[in-house]
Amino acid sequence: MRNRPSIELLASARAGQLPAIGRLLTRAESGDAECRPALDAIFAAAGRAHVVGITGVPGSGKSTLVAALTAEIRRGGRKVGIIAIDPSSPYSGGAILGDRIRMAALAGDPGVFVRSMATRGAMGGLSRGTLEAVDVLDAAGYDVVLIETVGVGQDEIDVARAAHTTVVVSAPGLGDDIQAIKAGVLEIADIHVVSKFDRPDANRTMADLNGMLSLGPELSRRAGWEVPVIGTSSEKAIGIDELMQAIDRHWQSMHQSGDIVARRTQINERRLLKAGEEIVRDRFIRQQDGKVGELLGRLDARATSPHAAARELLSALQVE
Amino acid sequence: MARKIRVILSKVGLDGHDRGVVTVGMALKDAGMEVIYLGRQQFPEQIANAAAQEDPDVIGISSLADAHMVLVPRLLKILKEKKVDIPVIVGGFIQPEDVDKLKQLGVAEIFGIGSQLDDIVDWIKNHVAAQAVA
Repeated sequence: MRNRPSIELLASARAGQLPAIGRLLTRAESGDAECRPALDAIFAAAGRAHVVGITGVPGSGKSTLVAALTAEIRRGGRKVGIIAIDPSSPYSGGAILGDRIRMAALAGDPGVFVRSMATRGAMGGLSRGTLEAVDVLDAAGYDVVLIETVGVGQDEIDVARAAHTTVVVSAPGLGDDIQAIKAGVLEIADIHVVSKFDRPDANRTMADLNGMLSLGPELSRRAGWEVPVIGTSSEKAIGIDELMQAIDRHWQSMHQSGDIVARRTQINERRLLKAGEEIVRDRFIRQQDGKVGELLGRLDARATSPHAAARELLSALQVE
Repeated sequence: MARKIRVILSKVGLDGHDRGVVTVGMALKDAGMEVIYLGRQQFPEQIANAAAQEDPDVIGISSLADAHMVLVPRLLKILKEKKVDIPVIVGGFIQPEDVDKLKQLGVAEIFGIGSQLDDIVDWIKNHVAAQAVA
């Protein structure tokens, strides 16, 4: 298993062998050159799954909600892939990935695949390799892929450009009325959730969100889709079925309006840019002692500017 | 992109004493590793399922409730059945006479009470480096 070629693992993954899926995800995440042809094949085979981003500040109850939502989706027979992302330490580069704890009840279900990923220095809430991981689960036959992301302020943005449907989770009493006003957070949601809805102050949070959505029709209505605010309580099993139905309705709405085509193109544009950035960044890092070192010397002496130096570097890197 | 070491850590059986395993987890994180923490009271089937999905380099089991001679062999058996080829290391309260027995059953290393965090970190790093060359 350890050293099987990626193309072989792909066949096993599509046949539903979990360790093969797990190994492919590892290689996709580390960007192994050996895995590239398999990843290209996986991208060609993917595109069927409904990708749903679930984001919100730490403590908003995302993981618990994801587990409850998954159980609800499973009742209808669809297979669910979950990618749970937690932050890497900026000091050590390590991470504690603890989202599985909240998903323990899903453990025996063969129709659920949970993978933990660390951000590994990526900004924007998604980790490098997240979207390749989504492709792997998509190609392996999972009908819905949930991406649960680190959500801190504007970091939500990345998931909105990676998913077909973006769910923003706010918890009562966390000062989220201020959070939602911050540029970008309100606008990216296709669906708003107020979690922990059994709490007494939950109605206030819902009223605040509804109030803010009513301030701008462009915020609350896109391509014929009216953004709902749904109250959920994972503990009391309130609103979970409503959330699942809203997610499904959004999928149907995008197909009916044709917005799904624009969404897919937007996602691909983002991926194209990111892939380009990663290739250049990798080359840059490998050049540290060479051309980069020389340019740094000139920058320190103010003999060149960062912009001019970057252009020189790009031409020296002979990028593809 | 530097290769990241991923480790699953889990309590096993009806054992909720997690301070030790959490301390180990923090040490591994500080050493740059990604720790997938499964939590308390996990059973072999759940741990093996997580290992198949997460594909870690090492599975670390913490046992302070003396069930290791039942639950660790069961875990090894299920891992084999699922064709999950990942080494298992065990920490906690392991009687000296059980150390050899566990190793014979296939446990890669035992880090009982009194083990140094650095030794655990080094063992994992050396193991991963040896795998890369293999």
